[in-house]
Amino acid sequence: MALDSDAKQTFKVVGTRPPRPDGIDKVTGRAMYGADATAPGMLVGRILRSPHAHAVIKSIDASAAEALKGVKAVVTSADFGVPEDASVRDVQDNCMARGKALYHGHAVAAVAASNAAVANQALKLIKVEYEVLPHVTDVDEAMRAGAPVVQADRAQENVEGGFSENVTSQCEFGHGDLEAGFAKADKIIERSFKTAATHQGYIEPHACLASMTPDGKGDLWCCTQGQFHVRTVCAEIMGMDASQLRVTASEIGGGFGGKTTVFIEPVALALSRKSGRPVKIVMTRDEVFKATGPTVSSSMDVKIGMTKDGRITAAQARLRYQSGAFPSDTISMGAQSAFAAYDLEAVQTIGWNALTNRPKEAAYRAPGAPMAIYAVESVVDELCQELGLDPLDVRLKNAADKGTKSSYGPTFEAIGLRATLEAAKAHPHYTAPLGPNQGRGLSCGFWFNFGGNTCVSLNINTDGTVGITEGNPDIGGSRASISLMAAEELGIPYEKVRTVIADTNSLGYNDVTDGSRVTFSVGLATIEAARNAIKVMCGRVAKIWGIDEEAVIWEDGCAKPSGPNAGDFDPMSIEEIAAISANTGGPIAGHFEVNADGAGVSFGVHLADVEVDPETGATKVLRYMVFQDAGKAVHPDYVEGQMQGGAAQGIGWALNEEYIYGKDGLLQNPGFLDYRIPVASDLPDIETVILEIPNPGHPYGVRGVGETPIVPPLAAVANAVARAAGVRMTSLPMSP
Amino acid sequence: MKNLHISTTVNGDQTEFVCAPDETLLDVLRNRLGLTGAKEGCGTGDCGACSVTLNGRLVCACLVLGAEAEGAEIGTVEGLATGDHLHPLQRNFIEHAALQCGICTPGILVAAKALLEKNPNPTDTEVRYWLAGNLCRCTGYDKIIKAVQIAAAEMRNA
Repeated sequence: MALDSDAKQTFKVVGTRPPRPDGIDKVTGRAMYGADATAPGMLVGRILRSPHAHAVIKSIDASAAEALKGVKAVVTSADFGVPEDASVRDVQDNCMARGKALYHGHAVAAVAASNAAVANQALKLIKVEYEVLPHVTDVDEAMRAGAPVVQADRAQENVEGGFSENVTSQCEFGHGDLEAGFAKADKIIERSFKTAATHQGYIEPHACLASMTPDGKGDLWCCTQGQFHVRTVCAEIMGMDASQLRVTASEIGGGFGGKTTVFIEPVALALSRKSGRPVKIVMTRDEVFKATGPTVSSSMDVKIGMTKDGRITAAQARLRYQSGAFPSDTISMGAQSAFAAYDLEAVQTIGWNALTNRPKEAAYRAPGAPMAIYAVESVVDELCQELGLDPLDVRLKNAADKGTKSSYGPTFEAIGLRATLEAAKAHPHYTAPLGPNQGRGLSCGFWFNFGGNTCVSLNINTDGTVGITEGNPDIGGSRASISLMAAEELGIPYEKVRTVIADTNSLGYNDVTDGSRVTFSVGLATIEAARNAIKVMCGRVAKIWGIDEEAVIWEDGCAKPSGPNAGDFDPMSIEEIAAISANTGGPIAGHFEVNADGAGVSFGVHLADVEVDPETGATKVLRYMVFQDAGKAVHPDYVEGQMQGGAAQGIGWALNEEYIYGKDGLLQNPGFLDYRIPVASDLPDIETVILEIPNPGHPYGVRGVGETPIVPPLAAVANAVARAAGVRMTSLPMSP
Repeated sequence: MKNLHISTTVNGDQTEFVCAPDETLLDVLRNRLGLTGAKEGCGTGDCGACSVTLNGRLVCACLVLGAEAEGAEIGTVEGLATGDHLHPLQRNFIEHAALQCGICTPGILVAAKALLEKNPNPTDTEVRYWLAGNLCRCTGYDKIIKAVQIAAAEMRNA
């Protein structure tokens, strides 16, 4: 779906900032989130979790729990089959341990009871006999030969020898002659970095309500980024046909990638099947930290060579990520994104993934990129310091641009990196004076963006208003963006459009809300669905007027003759066409289904000013700016919101957030008191500058914006700290 | 343990309920009174998603027992609007995009209202410190602070 050839430059409603359609529900407490649903006869489900980091489950005796009055069902892994598909099997085994508990907090059994008090009491009555095994939680230790093996036989064939069995995959990207490149450098810096695992930290814990009936039908209500994916995975785990499991996405209280998979849904379905009653499971925050999310933690080496005038001659990175107890491909995305901002003659990135006794890694906003780019941008910054060069000039000198062969293979189309860097350079922030113990840092950020499978159904109501059905949960205002694009295309007011999110039986398959794909893909499908509806309406009017369909055009919400030769007819409005649709062929609708490509990569540049207390090391972010290419900002408020929210999460990652494991392999900080996400008083205003370099792959030029903003803050803050304190921190978080 | 019979006032309405002695006010509001606007984000008083007022004082409903509501006045997000008339904070949160996923919004609105009742003209820093007990993971707080200030100015001029 190419950019409109007449490169739509002026928009009537796209680019405005109307109120979001779900706003009133969300400010009055009416919006229904995962934990807010109830069902007649509903039971409370609770999950028993492993107190050990790594242990064989020798036996589970649930007889006492089952005998407790009010307990209606107990399930363990024995109540599930063994899915053939490895990735589904991993999801299931993560939801309910099979044979071995692989991390502290891994589910081992679950109960459904008449109320929470009985359910909690029942958990205490389940006797699990464990044989505790040696564990490993650090990525470097896990990779070393002789480390405790988390899961055997999971390594892909291309993994080189010399590592422990925990190393599951290896990947390599790049081009050019590294040796020759480094030989041309005036200065080479090589540094090693470590970053802690962080959690997505959505404020809404996972929650679901499952209802299975004896005839094999199921209904599932849950907070998810992708109800269709939930259906696919749960239907396979439960041995059901997709048609028999209807999944409805609740309003979602944040996801950031962490709600792209399932943790409790199959357990609730199994409890419901066994008890014959609806079962609701709501995770506690402790469970969210122990058994969902988090990101990978990393250990990385980066080596970059630069000439004294600031040209990068060669760049190399070795990235080691641990993905918890199950394999993951996040390392590949980290390895591909590490040097994406640069136009390089010689570049190589090698990555390895390792298993540890930690929860299964889940996607978190640009998964894999923030840590790799933190390491790269730190070394680039240090080279600038050593060579006495301006860090923005050096980025501009080496910036990837249209036609650049990227460090991971593809050649870039029109991209906004250079314009974004220039905007940062021109902004007064970049040259504003700094006080003592203050420093300014900057970093580039990158994300691939994604398109994917998308369906949109657009109905012209008989009064000429429009109903849109789409399949992706609204996390940050997407209903508004979709309605705006439909209104733009149809030439009608935004208020005439209402967008709803379908359950899995009401629309074709839609990929998960991920990859910053929704405004791009669902928007694209909405525009095309509107065009299809317009074609139908023009056809109806052509028949009424007795002229060729091609002689009818659509403009400002009306069908009109294409010119004087087409005939002299008064325009017919969408309301008039809709009102008589029963007489002209029946209801009018447009729909569009696509596996969208052309998402268009995204770049951003962040500027951070910090002050570091020279005695305590306490770091305060004084000023923060985000510059990002949005292609076309459909609803600028929510584009800014993505930029600000991603920046805040990245600042938390840089300064505070981390999973802390003790020597016993147990998670020490599973709560918001000890896992400290930024609060309002930690942060300054987050200023934003939106650039609009149209994406050639979208009719309006839209690019996804959601993920890129979490990428630059790690290095932007670290580079600011390095300049403020005169010390380069190579381990995140930089908590004093 | 026998359940307790509690008489209270919620959003100005006389309300009665029974609850267990160890049942939180949050569970009572959500599970017994159908007021699911207050959310449980942590259950330990760290996130503020369950913020309500108890006799005018801002509290985390997850740290208060249902029994403590006896004879008290409880205020929740469901009581902010008057009929179909949104509170200026509610209206400005929508107009200025101060919410994304919206899960923290009820708690932040209740907390911000409590702030403006004590201090109708706060500085940005005062708003940021007052709301430091209300976690938001989506917005980076920027638009929340701005919306509170715009609502505060509107309320001062009303």
